[in-house]
Amino acid sequence: MSAKEQVDYKILHHEALSENVFMLRVYAPEVCRFRRPGQFVLVSVDNDYGERIPLTIADADEKEGSITLIFQRVGLTTTLLSELAVGDSLASVLGPLGQPTKIEKLGKVVCVGGGIGVAPMRPIAKAFKEAGNEVICILGARNRDLIILEDKIRSFADQVIICTDDGSAGRKALVTEPLKELCEAEDKPNLVVAIGPTIMMKFCSEAVRPTGVPIIVSLNTIMVDGTGMCGGCRVNVGGQTKFVCVDGPEFDGLQVDWDGMMSRMKAYSGQERKMLENHQCNLEKAAAELEARK
Amino acid sequence: MQLGEGGCRAGSAKITMEHDDTSKERLDSLARAKWAELGGSAEGLKPAERLRIPSQPMPSQPADVRCKNMSEVALGYTETMARLEAARCLQCPAQPCVSGCPVELPIRDFVKAIAQGDFGGAIGLIKEKSLLPSVCGRVCPQEVQCQSQCTVGKALKDVGKAVAIGRLERFVADLERSSGKVEVPAVAASTGKRVAIVGSGPASLTCASDVRRAGHDVTVFEAFHKFGGVMVYGIPEFRLPKAIVESEVDTLRRMGVKFRSNMLIGRSYTVHSLLETEGYSAVFLGTGAGLPHFMGIEGENLVGVFSANEYLTRASLMRAYERGRAATLIAEARRVAVLGGGNVAMDAARTALRLGAEEVYLVYRRTEAEMPARREEVEHAREEGVQFHLLRNAKRVLGNERGQVIGLECLKYELGEPDASGRRSPVPIQGSEYVLDVDAVIVAIGNGSNPLLQQTTPGLEFNKRGNIIADERGATSIPGVFAGGDIVLGAATVILAMGQGRRAAAAINEYLGNCEC
Ligand SMILES: Cc1cc2nc3c(=O)[nH]c(=O)nc-3n(C[C@H](O)[C@H](O)[C@H](O)COP(=O)(O)OP(=O)(O)OC[C@H]3O[C@@H](n4cnc5c(N)ncnc54)[C@H](O)[C@@H]3O)c2cc1C
Ligand SMILES: Cc1cc2nc3c(=O)[nH]c(=O)nc-3n(C[C@H](O)[C@H](O)[C@H](O)COP(=O)(O)OP(=O)(O)OC[C@H]3O[C@@H](n4cnc5c(N)ncnc54)[C@H](O)[C@@H]3O)c2cc1C
Ligand code: SF4
Ligand code: FES
Repeated sequence: MSAKEQVDYKILHHEALSENVFMLRVYAPEVCRFRRPGQFVLVSVDNDYGERIPLTIADADEKEGSITLIFQRVGLTTTLLSELAVGDSLASVLGPLGQPTKIEKLGKVVCVGGGIGVAPMRPIAKAFKEAGNEVICILGARNRDLIILEDKIRSFADQVIICTDDGSAGRKALVTEPLKELCEAEDKPNLVVAIGPTIMMKFCSEAVRPTGVPIIVSLNTIMVDGTGMCGGCRVNVGGQTKFVCVDGPEFDGLQVDWDGMMSRMKAYSGQERKMLENHQCNLEKAAAELEARK
Repeated sequence: MQLGEGGCRAGSAKITMEHDDTSKERLDSLARAKWAELGGSAEGLKPAERLRIPSQPMPSQPADVRCKNMSEVALGYTETMARLEAARCLQCPAQPCVSGCPVELPIRDFVKAIAQGDFGGAIGLIKEKSLLPSVCGRVCPQEVQCQSQCTVGKALKDVGKAVAIGRLERFVADLERSSGKVEVPAVAASTGKRVAIVGSGPASLTCASDVRRAGHDVTVFEAFHKFGGVMVYGIPEFRLPKAIVESEVDTLRRMGVKFRSNMLIGRSYTVHSLLETEGYSAVFLGTGAGLPHFMGIEGENLVGVFSANEYLTRASLMRAYERGRAATLIAEARRVAVLGGGNVAMDAARTALRLGAEEVYLVYRRTEAEMPARREEVEHAREEGVQFHLLRNAKRVLGNERGQVIGLECLKYELGEPDASGRRSPVPIQGSEYVLDVDAVIVAIGNGSNPLLQQTTPGLEFNKRGNIIADERGATSIPGVFAGGDIVLGAATVILAMGQGRRAAAAINEYLGNCEC
């Protein structure tokens, strides 16, 4: 394909934030220009055999025409992405996709980010802050090394609460604990935004349900086209089938059929593991070959 | 390429005979013998003699072989077969076939050229009216269009024996492409006016070609990373090789049409911003019917239930059939139920077989006569071992505790009393439920239109079904914005989409000629 037909999605920066979390800045001027908080892109590393995976636009730099993606290495495509370097290019970046977050001045907004979910949560939290809200951020991770973007969040949030499973940083608690306290307090928040592992979003929703505080979650279903054409991303929300890529990714957490969603996300897990193992196997073979040639 | 051990059932004695029947070598030698008998020319044959020439079957891969590979099923005529088939044409003065063609190809005349061996002349005639003959020759429902009107078919009381117009069209188009001498249409001097085309399906490609020919600067914006619309993401390789679509797109590139992939109009540029801030004087919307309908039955969100769009996109566009190589995965289903009776359902069922399913059931509410699929596809599906459950409908999908499909409950139907129009519609038989033991269900009951443009284009009028309202020339409620193809017609056909793209292009060229833009 000629260079003119698609942007050369060059990687301008590539960094490991923790053992399995990576940040990359990629040249994508039109995505950068049109993106709004809450939106995502579909990226691919190979236009013939690659898969297209959704990643949230974590930040953007208009001068450079780039967007920032922060991702966790969980399977084949995220592994391939983690192996790229500055100067390499992505095969495709489609976006921005999804409905942007509805940013309004509400009063007090609590933003919960679990693990890698802190990355997509940050632009939303920041936008709420810029709209004049008091913003409290709860960051959760298994341990202290897995907390990402803490400084960046502290730079704008009114209050930051850190929770780790092992107590190595902040409170030894699940994010649902401080969330519950905040929502049960006298001056409850006007809105909760929770982004992270599905199970975390489910329990955050259950935690706020009795308090009457509205909660928005950002769903991360499996996607293929991201344009509403395939229905692979569908979930049941309030008894209706919704397509996460066009109707979402944000939904009312109290209405989502979490169990249905979780089973759909496991649809390919056996095959995915095989693909990753193959890739690792090939890498080892390639390394051995190089070694032998020397 | 060879796929894994499939469970296709083809390979019975009947099929083995058919194997002998359909090899290109054998069919060609039969044709040569007949051609020699005619003295190597069809000039001056009497109508009765023409009617006696046997209709030429399509050489094809034997069913037991093809259902294990993704390569094209139909192999195409040889020169002799094409000339012999063309010699069957009676050159009717009234040309009923032409009126059966949505774009009025000069059928009689190109068939005559083929009979005379003037293949270059034939393709020239076709190209005056059609941009995508290699595609249309393969996928048009000829039996309800040109061939349904053909005098030969009528005389022999069998549409299946009409002059094989589609196969002839395909033959000359393929010959031209394989000769490497595809002519790039001439482009008029630049007008400096810019036109944006949204989507890259047949409507868009045709519109792009005609607008570019008039000298305008044309850019095609496509959401996917490949161009061609349903021709690349839906219709499988075994029916329409992707290389054909690519070569058509290449011809447009050589004409100077610009292509932009990964551009979803509505989320980045909008129709209004293209016109108001991006410097385009007109926009054509050919975004297709890309919203899969589901049945709305219990269990439809279980793991293992797919829309045909998802299944076919994974298989075709993302090449999931190349297991181990493609990163995109596809269900490893052993027993598959496909719901529907159109081309999409046939494609999904036949793809499932090729991916190794042992049993593939096609569940359709009416009888075979009502199936909207092309006849040839229905026959091919049957030959390959797809099992038809007719007058049946899905009632609910059954799942296990892990949310995976384990069965499909169906209800039997029977044909009711004829209604006012004489049509007997199916009525459910109470208490006739039965369960198909399957681990995947593919829903192919039709497509609606994607709501994105509707949500992001204020002032653009849509009908209740979500289709853009456009006049017969494609003009919409917004000046300078034109539309055509499935987004206007609802899920239709390649040829109708092409026809609409062409009419809209004429309207755009006229609009640009008159406007101050
Ligand atoms: C709108 C949206 C935004 C997202 N934003 C981000 C982001 O900013 N950063 C980020 O790291 N991830 C994000 N994700 C999740 C990301 O898309 C998946 O992690 C990715 O598709 C995994 O691809 P893979 O090939 O590496 O793994 P695979 O081999 O496909 O899967 C490996 C493992 O990950 C699980 N998995 C597969 N798909 C998903 C998924 N969509 N979500 C979660 N787990 C999955 C599988 O069940 C399996 O266990 C987002 C998802 C969506 C839908
Ligand atoms: C599986 C299958 C089998 C079929 N078999 C046959 C057959 O045998 N014979 C036949 O005649 N017809 C067949 N059809 C129908 C035929 O393919 C369609 O009628 C035809 O392709 C419609 O053409 P179109 O130009 O309107 O749009 P499409 O081919 O649908 O293309 C639309 C394109 O627009 C893109 N797009 C959508 N929205 C946007 C946006 N906002 N911005 C940018 N791009 C966008 C889409 O990604 C897509 O590529 C079949 C359809 C399917 C799904
Ligand atoms: S109707 Fe049939 S026989 Fe008559 S001109 Fe057309 S193709 Fe030939
Ligand atoms: S990803 Fe295909 S419809 Fe959402």
